Amino acid sequence: MLRAEDYLLGETAWCPGCGNFAIREALAEALFALGLAPHEVLICSGIGQAAKMPHYIRTNGFNGLHGRALPPALGARVANKNMKVIVESGDGDSYGEGGNHFIHNIRRNPDIAHFVHDNQVYGLTKGQASPTSEQGMKTVVQVDGVSIPALNPLLVALVLGAGFVARCFSGEKEHLKETMMAAIEFPGYALVDILQPCPSFNRLNTFGWYKNKVYFPEIKDSQDWASALELAGQWGEQIPLGIFYNRPRATFESSLNALEGEPLAYRPFDPRRVAAVQDEFL
Amino acid sequence: MVMEVNIVVGGAAGQGMETVMNLLGKGLVREGYDIIYTKDYMSRVRGGHNFSRLRIGAGRSWSTAEPIDILVALNEETYNLHRHNLVPSGRIIYDPEQFELPDKDDRAVPVELAELAKKAGNKVMANTVAVGAMLVLLGLDTAAVEQVLREVFAEKDGVAEKNIDALKSGYEKASRFCRACFTMPPRNEGGKKLFIDGNQVLGMSALASGCRFMSAYPMTPSTGIMNYLAGKSNEFPVVVEQAEDEIAAVNMALGASYTGVRALTATSGGGFSLMVEGLSLAGMTESSLVIIVGMRPGPATGLPTRTEQGDLGFVINAGHGEFPRAVLCATSHEDAFYRLNKAFELADRYQTPVIFLSDQNFADTYRSVEPFDFSRLGYNRGIAGEGEFEKPYKRYRLGEGGISPRILPGQFPGEVVLVDSDEHDENGNIIEDAATRRAMVEKRMRKLEALAEELDEPDIFGDPHPERLLIGWGSTYGVLREAVDALSAAGMKTAMLHFSDIWPLPKKRIKELLPEVRKSYCVENNASGQLAALIRRETGFSIDGFIRKYDGRPFLAREIVEEVEKDA
Repeated sequence: MLRAEDYLLGETAWCPGCGNFAIREALAEALFALGLAPHEVLICSGIGQAAKMPHYIRTNGFNGLHGRALPPALGARVANKNMKVIVESGDGDSYGEGGNHFIHNIRRNPDIAHFVHDNQVYGLTKGQASPTSEQGMKTVVQVDGVSIPALNPLLVALVLGAGFVARCFSGEKEHLKETMMAAIEFPGYALVDILQPCPSFNRLNTFGWYKNKVYFPEIKDSQDWASALELAGQWGEQIPLGIFYNRPRATFESSLNALEGEPLAYRPFDPRRVAAVQDEFL
Repeated sequence: MVMEVNIVVGGAAGQGMETVMNLLGKGLVREGYDIIYTKDYMSRVRGGHNFSRLRIGAGRSWSTAEPIDILVALNEETYNLHRHNLVPSGRIIYDPEQFELPDKDDRAVPVELAELAKKAGNKVMANTVAVGAMLVLLGLDTAAVEQVLREVFAEKDGVAEKNIDALKSGYEKASRFCRACFTMPPRNEGGKKLFIDGNQVLGMSALASGCRFMSAYPMTPSTGIMNYLAGKSNEFPVVVEQAEDEIAAVNMALGASYTGVRALTATSGGGFSLMVEGLSLAGMTESSLVIIVGMRPGPATGLPTRTEQGDLGFVINAGHGEFPRAVLCATSHEDAFYRLNKAFELADRYQTPVIFLSDQNFADTYRSVEPFDFSRLGYNRGIAGEGEFEKPYKRYRLGEGGISPRILPGQFPGEVVLVDSDEHDENGNIIEDAATRRAMVEKRMRKLEALAEELDEPDIFGDPHPERLLIGWGSTYGVLREAVDALSAAGMKTAMLHFSDIWPLPKKRIKELLPEVRKSYCVENNASGQLAALIRRETGFSIDGFIRKYDGRPFLAREIVEEVEKDA
């Protein structure tokens, strides 16, 4: 009988106090609660502290290149439509280096749950600004403070037509777990932006900073796009958490006739049986 | 005497040279003629000067040639550019309402292309009128082309009939000037050969190799492969995804490959530049992947619609770090169909990327070829079944030969598959210790030894005891064969050595042959002599002669022959 702990694997390389620990536990608990066995799940990641998740959770794992977690996840969905595919990566990986893939996979709407560990800073390279760093935050590179406004990934996702948009905080683990479960179950692309402290390199957005600001608004209708936009745009003294938008639309996979039937990866093939394909050139 | 007829059709982009040549080409192949048809087009959708060459030749036509027997000038510029290459007994088909020939010319065949098309129902059919005119000059009837028109327009009411009227009106008009004014080469049995271009050969080979996923960003000259497979995606279990960029394309393909299907991407040099980090990832994760690189002249955007063999050194060396790869290339339509299958087979068996080099000259050239034998294609995935791997499963288990048993994610309950772009241990987990790093580098590089054994030695053709040796690779195969024939006919003992598997470089024949010949030439469609450099690096032999062309155009056999004769 599988236990939630069975999903945990190896010694992590994270700093004490890192939000990644809680995110990892929430993910293990979510997979367990959903009854998904390790071989039924694939975690794709890029590069960064968050992207090490496939090494610390026992599922299938594709730890690829920086910024490139979504493309292999899409390829995996085509090859095996029965595989539960999760993308775990940081804010730099998902919104900076991987920005183009972020945009276009929202449009495609593949059945992928995208969990972004958003600590608003670059941890692995030791403290430079990320796309979500607050304007004015001083870093080793942005010595006079970040001069450009922060990217709001939830607004981007909503405007591009994402069907599932949520914000979580690593300090609210139970809520995070439930949101992850809903995202994994959601048919289509589901973005969960997870606020987390980086105790080593982000002295501005600390655990306490988040803890004092986050709250759970009452969400009456998660199919109401205008309300979702308003919640996604709130960032200041109060930062709302929750599933702001939850409205499925046609998935990428549903548009592919070739996916009907067995997963492509498991279909037999014999070249001789397609020989008639050359007749059109006669 | 070599019996052949050379046709050039030229005009502005948008005037439909392709339609003309496709109709005529398919009609001729069905009548039993061997042909080759190449396109010379500009990187624009309208205007400019585009032309196509079609050669009807006895036996196999390997390359197009000059001089021109029939010139179809859809505009005056075509006439001015090509008139000097027209033989004295040639013919010029043109529309006298468009322009008049400046001097009286007995070769003129004025046909009111637009007017006759309009009478038949629509002036867009001017090209069909031109095909009719060509048929009568060649001494053929219109039946085969009529049938092609019926097939092409099967779903459009009345369009085929109107085109047939247009065809016949062109035929009738031109017949007033001459009938059967060329000696046609002998025919084969009709209707038995394919009329197909290089990209279609590659697309069909991918389909027949069991490729289930292609992700690509459109880029000339490789786009045709993507078009072909996408056109089959409702009929066959293949998915074609147009990626947001080439970085996404290669990474999507890697994800699909990891999860279990044969995956492909195709591009040209510029797109491949963007894929290079992904290529390195394929090397590190030991992923099966085929990348087709259709070369065009660079650097940067270069000459987008023209040809070059300028990326050999690049694809062999591309990617940071050291990892095994194979590079195979398209030489002829006949060979490329099977060789791309070999690329898929090697990628699966050696769990490593394989690059397949094509170029614009190969990709866009149509030829008449014997139907392919699909039973020669392999589908050996190299995926372990129950009892064929040790449990618990480790993706990078160390063992002999460096190839670890491969299973698919989800294939066996209780087993998971982890791949990593970081250096990793047998499980796929990140490591940094020196001993594991050494073991993994050696494991990966060890694959190269066995891989090298799989590659074909270069093809030899020509005189068994040559004094002169022409060395080439890729799409110059046909033109080199014709050059060898021409030189041999002129009494010069010549042979060719031609590479289709090029990395790791097969060395045996080079080492045997080079010391035996008086003079050898590396014939390359590039400026720096990349094959010559590779041969020197790998074998120590310096090739003393070289024939290079880097103006974006493919070689003509005559050009190679002239260069060799200069030395004689």
